[in-house]
Formats: sequence, structure tokens, C-alpha cells
Amino acid sequence: MSRIHVNTTINGDAVDYLCEAEDTLLDVLRDQLDLTGSKEGCASGDCGACTVELDGRLVCSCLVLGAEAGGRTVNTIEGMADGDVLHPLQKNFIEKAALQCGICTPGILVAAKNLLDHNPDPSEEEVRYWLAGNLCRCTGYDKIIRAVLDTAAEMRGAA
Amino acid sequence: MAKDEFEKREFKIVGTRVPRPDGLDKVTGRARYGADMSAPGMLFGYCLRSPHAHARIKSIDTSEAEAMPGVKAVVTRADFTHVPASGGTKDILDNVMAGEKALYDGHTVAAVAANSRSAAKAALKAIKVDYEVLPHVTDVDEAMKPGAPELHQGRQQESVPEGFSQNVLARSQYGHGDVDAGFAKADIIVERSFKTAATHQGYIEPHACLASMGNDNQADLFCCTQGHFMVRNTCADIMGMESGRLRVTASEIGGGFGGKTTVFLEPVALMLSKKSGKPVKMTMSRDEVMRASGPTASTSIDIKIGVKKDGTVTAATGDFRYQSGCFYSMNGALGAMCGFAPYDLENLKTVGWEVVTNRPKAAAYRAPGAPMAAFAVESVMDEIAKELGMDPIDLRLLNGAEEGTKAAYGPTYPAIGLKATLKAAKAHPHWSAPLGENQGRGVGCGFWFNFGGNTSVSLMINPDGTVNLSEGNPDIGGSRASMSMMAAEELGIPYEQIRTIVADTASLGENDVTDGSRVTFAVGLATIKAARHAIEIMKGRAAATWGIDADAVEWVDGAAQPAGPNAGKFPPLTLKDIAATMSKTGGPISGHHEANAEGAGVSFGTHICDTEVDPETGAVKILRYTVFQDAGKAVHPDYVEGQLQGGAVQGIGWALNEEYIYGEDGTLQNAGYLDYRIPVASDLPMIEPVILEIPNPGHPYGVRGVGETGIVPPLATIANAVSRAAGVRMTSLPMSPPKLLAAIKAN
Ligand code: FES
Ligand code: FES
Repeated sequence: MSRIHVNTTINGDAVDYLCEAEDTLLDVLRDQLDLTGSKEGCASGDCGACTVELDGRLVCSCLVLGAEAGGRTVNTIEGMADGDVLHPLQKNFIEKAALQCGICTPGILVAAKNLLDHNPDPSEEEVRYWLAGNLCRCTGYDKIIRAVLDTAAEMRGAA
Repeated sequence: MAKDEFEKREFKIVGTRVPRPDGLDKVTGRARYGADMSAPGMLFGYCLRSPHAHARIKSIDTSEAEAMPGVKAVVTRADFTHVPASGGTKDILDNVMAGEKALYDGHTVAAVAANSRSAAKAALKAIKVDYEVLPHVTDVDEAMKPGAPELHQGRQQESVPEGFSQNVLARSQYGHGDVDAGFAKADIIVERSFKTAATHQGYIEPHACLASMGNDNQADLFCCTQGHFMVRNTCADIMGMESGRLRVTASEIGGGFGGKTTVFLEPVALMLSKKSGKPVKMTMSRDEVMRASGPTASTSIDIKIGVKKDGTVTAATGDFRYQSGCFYSMNGALGAMCGFAPYDLENLKTVGWEVVTNRPKAAAYRAPGAPMAAFAVESVMDEIAKELGMDPIDLRLLNGAEEGTKAAYGPTYPAIGLKATLKAAKAHPHWSAPLGENQGRGVGCGFWFNFGGNTSVSLMINPDGTVNLSEGNPDIGGSRASMSMMAAEELGIPYEQIRTIVADTASLGENDVTDGSRVTFAVGLATIKAARHAIEIMKGRAAATWGIDADAVEWVDGAAQPAGPNAGKFPPLTLKDIAATMSKTGGPISGHHEANAEGAGVSFGTHICDTEVDPETGAVKILRYTVFQDAGKAVHPDYVEGQLQGGAVQGIGWALNEEYIYGEDGTLQNAGYLDYRIPVASDLPMIEPVILEIPNPGHPYGVRGVGETGIVPPLATIANAVSRAAGVRMTSLPMSPPKLLAAIKAN
């Protein structure tokens, strides 16, 4: 079977790969590019563990084809820190114990960063609805919501 | 009972909220979970699964699949020629690769390894299985009846009386006193029957592993598991190899809650690797996780409680019928032991039943068997409180267990925290806050045994004074942080000076699985003792350096010093000082401890919940939720709170939404997160955790396990809140909107 050649930008770097027509973006990230920070929890768009930004919008990478990423910009959890400087959300997730097993964490961080990029002052309810597509089975969400709200306040203070 | 290990002390590090050592890897995507590892030349393995609930496998033809491009190995049960030594492992083999019969929808019947995912999946379609479909049964009460479709023959234990189908494998009984005499003294007797649906642990990480086995009969296995030593022992028995030849490394684990305390893919991956001569990676899809891992039991329970007018319980009985899928599993017995454990009862009789059905074999799910039992018992207690016009917390305080109470399952309790949680609940502002229209408040108690078990820990002092700690239990929610904290506390050095890792099976002695809320207790106890061992050695080195007796040296704040003025006058030698000169004073220094830990210390919790019921739709909203639990000593309060919050929310899902739905044909109808809906952030309020600290006499710092008890009270608590809000007693879980609406309409 002939494979598709895709040129794209991932975390700021120009990347190219060959993929089969049915390969999802998540398959490509994980199997071919060794960007295993995005997780597969369901492969059906229901858990959010595979969340990435595609041209600045949140998508479930398990629902996007690898071929569709051509000419576009993809941001994953691996691109969230600036070198060795963590994003304030990453720092606060550690400090405020917003993860237990951590499997949902990459998807939640990518989704939360996208929220704060658009809305620096979300209410608790807005955070809860924004993250409603990201399942976490360990924490009951409490410490996650608090970490996002605290980070938003911190970033507003710093701005 | 375990000897008294607890000593009161002032803590410096234990009880603080330090950052976890694995945090950075987990927020940057670097952490390697089960599916994140690859090996050069690796193949992809997939399972072919039965589409039938119950079928005889007449033949399997793999020839076409084997001939397909990229396919390197196909295995069926015929490849597993070794008969496992243990009966339990034989069941596990029958579960991971069907023998003569497929026993549930999703049961593995064959597997393929190929050089691409697509080649492997294509080959699965080319395997021809000839099934003879058999009648099936998935409901516990149906399965018990004579004449029900039977899964096995000759497995029924002698404890089962006449008149039941072969699906009833065991019956057990607990209690004391004379229940007939007790009921005769009662002013009010309430008797109710309950049903709960099977649920799934719902860990977000599907099962995954990478196996590499050569024809020299040596193998390496990387997998997500709650116990890599268990994986090693079980897989070695299945493969017919010596366990020392199989090295298992635990990946980071993306949730387990009991569901990763057994094996599913691992033996299959090993066999595919052995046959193909290549490393094989296997990952389950969510559909496979739902259909063919280990959900919890579904139940049918009868409870009868008699009380005097003042609320004193005079007698209680319970009949706990649990189906645990297609093989024996102790679940009903646990329900029979736990349901009444919060109470001090004069007359009690409980019976537990273990029943098999055409469903995947149940695995543990956080305090296995207890939440459903608590739901039934606590619902009846709530009804009694209502009938007596009594505060439901007062009713529980009046009958509650305390130190010296003979427990429902036999032993006498040492110091326990049940009444402390009840009193804290009653004094909390939540209990007296006003409620609005269609709103109701519920309360419920729960108990879990907790466990100790086999534990090995090794602690190494490095020449620069840093310390490495090796433990053998996968870190499922911050345990590396807790271990580092306890080691730092004991050694008297900063937390940052210690790095804890989870060692593989070839690097440390035996360790039981991460279950029974045992890790912070048992591994913590071993860590403290390993640190004490290292301290003894360091004291000896200091004594030799000073030319005094080792007995004349004491360890204070991370340094050896002469014990009192008679021992001599020497400046203290810190851990760093002693480490720096170790090669001159006798060589490397390390401490270790191995034990089958006892004295885990039982755990109790009380929950309060406010709900609002929409009378038009039957939908329930959780308005407010507060958890009170005895943690003994909370080593890392953030992660204790996280356990209480997470357990409560899993319980909310179980109470309101989650259920395994089987169709007429015995196949699972909702194998995915869309139709098996677990709570999401927008469903919930904040969950307030209140930690009580009643020291466990069996641990040097007073620690008790905290992981499981948090899921025991919620089913009852929410049912009591909903029943009060809707004005109708809900006896069947989940209380999904259609079910609740029907109950409201029928009222
Ligand atoms: S893996 Fe993409 S949403 Fe679950
Ligand atoms: S921390 Fe485990 S799923 Fe969120």
C-alpha cells in the first residue's frame, strides 16, 4: 500500500512523515515520532487523553487523520515547557498535587493552557465545562480545577 | 494482633506537602506508561475475541492468517502446553486464552503478532473459529437457580447446600449471637432487597505490555501493573519457566484501582514473542478493556435489621449474592464481612455467595465487595432513622463500633476511628446547612480491612551523602514521594536528598501487589526499618572512628553523636561525613528490610452528600459532598485528600450512572466511555476532604492505608440523599434518570 507523505509543524519544528491513510494523528505522534506524551485512552474521542492543538484549536488527535495534519501546526504536551522552564500550569500541577497517576495530565494540561490563552479569568464553572471532555478517574477533578484557577490568578498577577 | 509499633513523635517532613519526584516527567509527557515503550524490531500483537457469551470452540483454523504478509506468529490455546501448578493460575490461563469454551463476550480465543498494526488486525479477520453457541446467563439470581445454563461442572464447594445450580461455587457465613432471639426483642424490623450493577474501575490507561522472550527461555517484560512480582510469578507458571528467568519491569501506571492486580495480555505477549523470536507489544483498546478485563461484581442483597424504639439494634441479617464473572472470586464473602463492620451488634448473621456467570471474571475494584454491602446496610439504617424520627448520625453513634467491639467478621477491634468520623460529620457545618426544594441530604459509613503483606525495601547510602531507596510496588498515586518522606524523616536528612525508584523483579526481594491499601503502610514500615538498619551501621562507623562503643552512639537530626557526656566528647558526624569516608571505615553502607507486614489497621469513613432531584427528568445533581476518614497519620496530606476525593467520585459514578449493560444475546452493549459514562468535571462540585488521625498501633508513625475506604460509603450516602430528596427509597443501582423517574411516578 502506498503511504502518504506529510509535511507539518509540530511544537515549532518542521516535521515530515509517511503514514497510511487510516493512521490517526495520535498513531503518527506515538508510533512514528515517539511523541508518546499524548495518550490513547479510548480512540473514540471520549476521554481527551490524546488532546493536542491543531492550528490553535483543541482536537482529539485520535479523531484526526495523520494525513490531515499536512501544512498545519500541531502543539503537543512535549512542546508546552519552554526549554527547561515549565509553563505555570505544569509547575502548579506538581505543586498542588493535581495529578495522581498522571495519565490524563498531558491532555488536561494542553486543554487548560488553551483555555487560559483564550480566557485568562475563567470561573470555576467555565473551567469545569472546558475540561468536561477530559476524563480523570483518579482525582475527582477537585485539585485539577483548583490548580487551573490558581494558575490563572497567578498569570494575571504576573501580566 | 501485631505488636505495638507506634511511638508518638514530632514530625518534620511527614505531614508536609512536598512535590513528588515523578511530577516533572508526568507534566511534560516524558513518563513512560505501559504503551509508551518500544523495542527494535518490535511486532504488534492483537487478540481475536469471542463474539458469543457462551460457546464451545469446535475448531480454530489459523492457516490463512499465518500465511499473510507481515504475520510472524499466531497463537491459540494449543500453544500453551504447560499446565500451571496453581489452580488459581489455571483459571487465569483459561481467562487469558480460552480453552474448550468461550465463557463471555470478549474472551480471547487466538492472538496474532505482525510487523504492523494493520497487518496484525487484517490477520485476525482471517482466523476461522467454529463455535457451537450455548445458552448463557449473566444475572446473579438467574444463575443460581437449578436449571440455569452452567459454566463449569464439579467446581462447587461443599459449603453450598442442595438446590442450587453448579454456578454457585461457594457459600460462607459470619456472625455471632442469636438473631431469632434478637429480632423477637425488636420494636421495629425493616427488611429490604437491593440490586447493584457491575461497574468498571475505569482507569484511563488501557492494559499494555512489551514482551521479549528468546528460545533460551529467558524473558523481559515491561507492563502496566499493580504488581510486577505477581506478573512474574503468574506468567512464569503459565509459560512453564523458572520465575528467575523472567524479569518484569513495571511501567508508570495510568490508574488501576484493583483492576491491574492480575494479568490479561502478558502471557499472550510472551507466547507470541517466544514463537516469533521478536519483541511483541500489545495494547488493549477501550472496547477490549470493558469487555475483557476485570470489572466488579454485580449483586443481589437482602438485609433485615431490628431495633428498639430508642434505636438500639437488636439483631441483623444479610444475604449477599455476588456474581463475579466466569471464574471463582471471593466477593460475596467480603460483602458479608464488611457490610455490618461499622456496628457493634449483639446478634448478627451474614451469608456470602460466590456465583459464576457469562461475564468477564471480576477483578478487585477498590475495597472489593464492600461498597455494595454498605449500600444495602446503610440504606436500611437510613430508613430506620427516618421511621424513628432520629438523626441518622445519632443512630450510627448509638450502635457504632469502637475499640473492644467484636467485629462483624470475627476479631475484636483495637483503636479505630469510626465514631470520630461520625462526630466530625455531625459537627461540620455541612450537616446543618439548609436544604432547598427537591433536595436531600444523605449520610453513610464504610469500612475496609486494609492489608500489609510481603514487602522488601533496600536503601543505599551514596558516597556523596545522597540516598537511593528501592521499593517493589508500582507508584499508583504518589507513593515514591511518601517513601522518600518517611526515609528522610527517619534518617533526619532533607527530603530532596533521597530518590526513590520502583525496582524490577530481578533487583529486589518479593513484594505483594499494590493492593489492600498496603503500600504507604507496609512499604512505609519497611522503609522506616531499612533506614533504621542503615542508621545502626552508620552509628557503628562513627563509634569505630571515635574508638568508643557502638552502644554509646545515638542518631540525632541526621548525625551520629556520643550518647551523653560519659560517651566522650566528639563533634557529631553527619550522614554526609560518614558516607564520605565509608570506603575507609568498612565499605559501602546500605540498609534493607524484608517482612510479611502485619498490623495494617482497619479503616472507617463517613460521607455526607446533598443532592437535588429533578422530578421532571429523574436527573440527580450532586450539590455538596464531604468526606471524613481516619488516615492514621497522613504522610502526604495532598495525596490522602486525593484518595478520598477520587474514591468519592468513583462512588458517585457507581451510584448514578455506571453499569454494565448486557443484551439478550449476552453481549456487552456499552463497551466504551460514550455509553459507559464516568463522572466528568462539569458533573461535580468540589469534594471536601476531612482527614482524621487516629494512630494505627501497628505502624511506627501510626499510618493506616487510605486508598480503598473512600469508595465504600458513597453508594449508600448518595442513595440516602436521593431517597430523601425524591421521597422514594431507591434500592437498585445505578439510580439513572429513567429508573429514578419511574420510581417517582410509581410513588
Ligand atoms: S484517545 Fe482520543 S479521546 Fe480518548
Ligand atoms: S490522575 Fe489518573 S486519570 Fe487523572
